[in-house]
Amino acid sequence: MSRSRTVILVRAAVLAGLVALLEVLCRVGIVDPMAVLPPSEMVGAMIDQLRSGELDESMVQTFSTIGLAFGVAVALGTLGGAVVHAVPRLRRAIDPLLASYYAVPTFIFYPLLVALLGLGKLPLVVLGVLSATPAVVISTLAGLDGVPPVLRKVARVQRLGRARTLWLVVLPAALPRLFGGFKLALSYALIGVIAGEFILSGSGLGYSISFAYQSFDSRAMYGAMLFVLLVAVGANTLLYVWEGRLARRRLRT
Amino acid sequence: MSEIALEPTLAAEPRSRRGIRALDLAIVTALLLALWQLVGRATGGIAITPPLGTLAYLADLVQTSLFWDHLGATLLAFAIAFAISAVGGLALGLLLGLRRFAGDVAEPILAGFYTVPKVTLYPVVLLVCGLGLSAKVAFGVMHGLVPVTLFTLGAIRTLPPVLVRTARAMRLDGWQTMSRVMVPACLPDIVNGLRISFSLSLLGVLIGEMFSSQRGLGFLLVSGLAQHNVPLTTSVVFVVVVGAVLANTLMLRLGRGTSGRE
Repeated sequence: MSRSRTVILVRAAVLAGLVALLEVLCRVGIVDPMAVLPPSEMVGAMIDQLRSGELDESMVQTFSTIGLAFGVAVALGTLGGAVVHAVPRLRRAIDPLLASYYAVPTFIFYPLLVALLGLGKLPLVVLGVLSATPAVVISTLAGLDGVPPVLRKVARVQRLGRARTLWLVVLPAALPRLFGGFKLALSYALIGVIAGEFILSGSGLGYSISFAYQSFDSRAMYGAMLFVLLVAVGANTLLYVWEGRLARRRLRT
Repeated sequence: MSEIALEPTLAAEPRSRRGIRALDLAIVTALLLALWQLVGRATGGIAITPPLGTLAYLADLVQTSLFWDHLGATLLAFAIAFAISAVGGLALGLLLGLRRFAGDVAEPILAGFYTVPKVTLYPVVLLVCGLGLSAKVAFGVMHGLVPVTLFTLGAIRTLPPVLVRTARAMRLDGWQTMSRVMVPACLPDIVNGLRISFSLSLLGVLIGEMFSSQRGLGFLLVSGLAQHNVPLTTSVVFVVVVGAVLANTLMLRLGRGTSGRE
């Protein structure tokens, strides 16, 4: 226990040291303060922007897009995974496709999506879904594979129907793996949507960063950037903690 | 670690199944082509050119020096970025894997950085590196370095202790232990990490080109969109997809080759 505490302390110290180093380098002028804002000013810029409400609209836009993409990806991916799992032939055919899916930078489809669906929320949602769904499919397959056969036998002995077997036996057994997939799906949806807004769109947090960059407003840029990074890290940490709790509860029962 | 290992494991299979697999693959490819054709037709070619049209355009495109110029720019940036990611990630992973404490401290930081949307940091890269090759390379490295590091780190941690003890018993020095025992034992994982880093470096370089650059396939893609040159956009996407899938398949094969040689 004490070792893991030391590790956490050292980790915090390392991160704090890096931030402090950046601050000093900027203040002394080794790093051009025009190019990189000192961290303390980044925080100030972020707080200013949040207070002024400049980012409110972008935030609503971006988070609703990410949420939508994530929801659709989870639903589609779980369902798709279950179907593929049920048909071995289909699975064999799809395996190579899944194996090379993430080798293709999904993002390059974005210009095509914009041409197809117009500039707006829809191509971003589709981009998020495209990049997040396969992760859910893969983790669903892994989760269903990992359900011990004895549990299915128990379900049969108890004469559970299909729906109840799925709900009471298969789902809880597969949940940890599924959860891993959901976690990935969230970060992929987040990356996809924000990257899309950044490169080509008219609204959202990613857009406000690239707009600030193009108009040389480095305060606004760093403020928005820090906010996005904090939100991303926060969301991931939350899921990480939740996942750990889920795993511990499984161990107890 | 398991977060990054996304792909389903392809088990070794008997020869008799190969025929069926090839057939399945052909069917899947045909279905994808049909879907492409369908979307192209349905939208009347305003967003995507159908397969045949794309290939015809591509055949003309590859005869222009413009295309090779852009392709060369992307490949150069990508090659440098991937080389730095591979060597740097391997070195960092070995170091962190051997120093347990440093590894414990660094791993969550690296994993956290891995899941953050790095696009938002691209303006910083541009401001620091300036427009041009170095910014693209730096961005590619930002994407590609971490997977190799994490995979190498994980592989070394799960290395059977008996291997290290054997190396000590044989009085191998540090360098020999590393090159003769550790790296070969971790090779399958390292190849896996390299494969993921390969695609992520490519993504980094392409995004860099799409956002702010005058050369490269990413630039060609965005300029095709801006000029409403649909065949151009579709062709570039096609080239990137085919190239990425081929490279990935090759590396998957390579990875299976290394893990088979126990």
